[in-house]
Amino acid sequence: MAGRPQPGPVRRGRAVLVGGVLSGVLALLLAACTPGSQNAGAPAPGGDRAVRTDIAALGPVTLTVWDQEVRGGQNEQMEKLNAAFHQRFPNVTIKRVSRSFDDLATTLRLAISGNEVPDVVQANNSRAEMGAFVAANQLLSLEPWAKAYDWHERYPASVQQYVSYSADGKQFGQGNLYGLPQVGEVVGVYYNQAELDRLHIAAPRTWDEFEAALGTAKAAGATPLELGNLEKWPALHVFGTVQDQLAPPDQIATLAFGRSGSSWNTPENLQTAQKIVDWVKAGYFNTGVNGIDDNQAWQAFAKGQAVFLIGGSWYAPDLRAALGDKVHFMAPPPRAGRPVSATGGTGLPFAITSKAAQPDAAAAYLDFITNPDAMKVLTATGNLPVVDTAAQQPPDRISGELFTAFAAASGQGKLLPYLDYATPTMSDTIGAALQDLLGGAKTPQQFLDTVQADYAAFVAKNG
Amino acid sequence: MADIGPSGTGIMTSGSRPPVAVGVPSVPRPRRGLGPPGWVPLAYLAPGFLVYAAFLLYPLGRAVHLSLFDWDGLTLATFVGFGNYVDVVTDEKLRAAFGHALVLIVFFAGLPTVVGLALAAVLNRAKVRGLAFFRTVVFLPQVVAMVVVGVAWRRLYAPDGSVNDLLRAVGLGGLSRAWLGDTTLALPAVGVAGTWVQTGLVTVLLLAGMSRVPGDLYEAARLDGAGAVREFFAITLPSVRAELAVALTLTVIAALKTFDLIYVTTGGGPGDRTSVPSFEVYNRAFRLGEVGSAAAVGVTLTVLIFVINMAVARIGERGER
Repeated sequence: MAGRPQPGPVRRGRAVLVGGVLSGVLALLLAACTPGSQNAGAPAPGGDRAVRTDIAALGPVTLTVWDQEVRGGQNEQMEKLNAAFHQRFPNVTIKRVSRSFDDLATTLRLAISGNEVPDVVQANNSRAEMGAFVAANQLLSLEPWAKAYDWHERYPASVQQYVSYSADGKQFGQGNLYGLPQVGEVVGVYYNQAELDRLHIAAPRTWDEFEAALGTAKAAGATPLELGNLEKWPALHVFGTVQDQLAPPDQIATLAFGRSGSSWNTPENLQTAQKIVDWVKAGYFNTGVNGIDDNQAWQAFAKGQAVFLIGGSWYAPDLRAALGDKVHFMAPPPRAGRPVSATGGTGLPFAITSKAAQPDAAAAYLDFITNPDAMKVLTATGNLPVVDTAAQQPPDRISGELFTAFAAASGQGKLLPYLDYATPTMSDTIGAALQDLLGGAKTPQQFLDTVQADYAAFVAKNG
Repeated sequence: MADIGPSGTGIMTSGSRPPVAVGVPSVPRPRRGLGPPGWVPLAYLAPGFLVYAAFLLYPLGRAVHLSLFDWDGLTLATFVGFGNYVDVVTDEKLRAAFGHALVLIVFFAGLPTVVGLALAAVLNRAKVRGLAFFRTVVFLPQVVAMVVVGVAWRRLYAPDGSVNDLLRAVGLGGLSRAWLGDTTLALPAVGVAGTWVQTGLVTVLLLAGMSRVPGDLYEAARLDGAGAVREFFAITLPSVRAELAVALTLTVIAALKTFDLIYVTTGGGPGDRTSVPSFEVYNRAFRLGEVGSAAAVGVTLTVLIFVINMAVARIGERGER
């Protein structure tokens, strides 16, 4: 009948059409500005610049620092050093923004490409973060100040590689210095001395002894190794530790830094993956590794439910609090004829953004928080200092064991990078693939093929 | 004199008044002089619309715009047209993510509907004492934040958690495992957590609908010899069609946009077996630096939710005619 309101579907259809057209128009309007265009003109920061070390003469300066030093000892050292810096240079005020590791990772990318860019940031060494920032010209090369403050002498070469990128961000592990780390990290073997005594196992000195100890523990009915891989990254350290003992260090470094010239499809990597599968089949791990998270795993170890825990130096404060004298740490015991080889690296380094108003003040700050006096403060607050580690006075026994392990690996031994540094997507790829390997859903060869695909695709694109 | 036209509509034809068919809404005439001018209604709408446009339409437009580019969030983007959308269809991981979201619909919408219908029917018919108490208890999971739900269920599913304890207690110890790390059962396990959350909502909605059904209908059916099941299918189910549509809409949306539950329990694992589109959006935009791809996944998810809910609303409406 004439004049009746149109039935539902037709009116709705028209509304959908109008909505679609509107959004299309909107999209076209916005097409005028390509994303990222405000950063496109960012000049590549010059390598040769006149540096000033006379900070007092700069007048009032505010440095905005974004860090992730939130845990007990970390927060303490940051506050102490910031206060001391302000005392040294009263004209410089530090505005500190502190976030957890995960929160910083999520927000740093937006902040550094936004309008209010912090001056100093703690950026993860990986290609996904620091590499991407360097490629986008958002971090200043520290080379000019390195000459003035002697940073190349301060850090050993094995540590400098973790904070070096080429100017275009393509080469990782060599090139210009982009960040200064305060602390080191090393992945080793925690063991419960009480469990070893109970099972009459001697603390292993070599890799063969370690594998034998696993077998003995299993035969005696204990859980040899604790692992909680729900969050995908803990198994990376177990795999890396095994790989460090079986594969040539150059091969590992090339793969982990995402450099061209190597492959995951080598006999040594296959051997490593096979060994992990063998350990799973022999029951060396707790049941359901993929269903337990990292916290539950170290807590289970702390309750004495396993003999060994392969993990990083960051567990030490919690394990010391829980197990006291019973827990010990050692670098992975090497195979005969090989040096101490451990996965490890640095804590998040501090870098200067290219939009920093006073880079000289920022560089002085970086120097201050990593100089020998700062290392003493770091030691005293329970952290693992990355410089002069062997010369520091550890506050307790397990810290001493951490320092010894780190010094051994970074000095005469081999400190090998984390495998997920390799490509921006490697963390996801290898994390998921390891879960599948541990769960029996992938064979060792399939695992290698998956990881190789990611590595090869990146290297082909990157050069 | 009044003329009665066909089918009872009265058509008045008298004197100075123009012929107006009674029973038919008349077209509003433009007023002159008295009354508010035409832009006033729009002015009332404006504040709400501005907020809506600023927080919904603009981000949506921007997301569509971003999805046409290949952008890492830092450097200059490159235009790729519909390349990201082609990836959504061709990339195995993304296809799997959407597949998992569809599986979650079964757990978030399908199971709660079945359970909710049965529960509401029983609660409605049996005239249970303390109905308000039961309604509250059943609805409680909805009130808990999804992150808390995720943390709690992660504990429950741990190898030494309550689920495995329960299985061992009833003699089914062989079935106990690390649920969230199991390659086949991780997604159903997460789905069950969703069922637990959504059942209360569906039950309460359907109870409300069922309480509107007049009792005489049931009496009449009983006199005709209908049993409980027959009554349910003949009377109860058709009369809650509208509430069912609402419940399905809400639960399907909840299933497709699930992020916090996956993020807190499995992070997409084991492997990629519990990844869902919204988690992929977060992962790609913030961790992998593939903002354009993330935007494309987000837009695709939006369209998918829209289409599914249109279909549900269509089914719901058909019952009203």
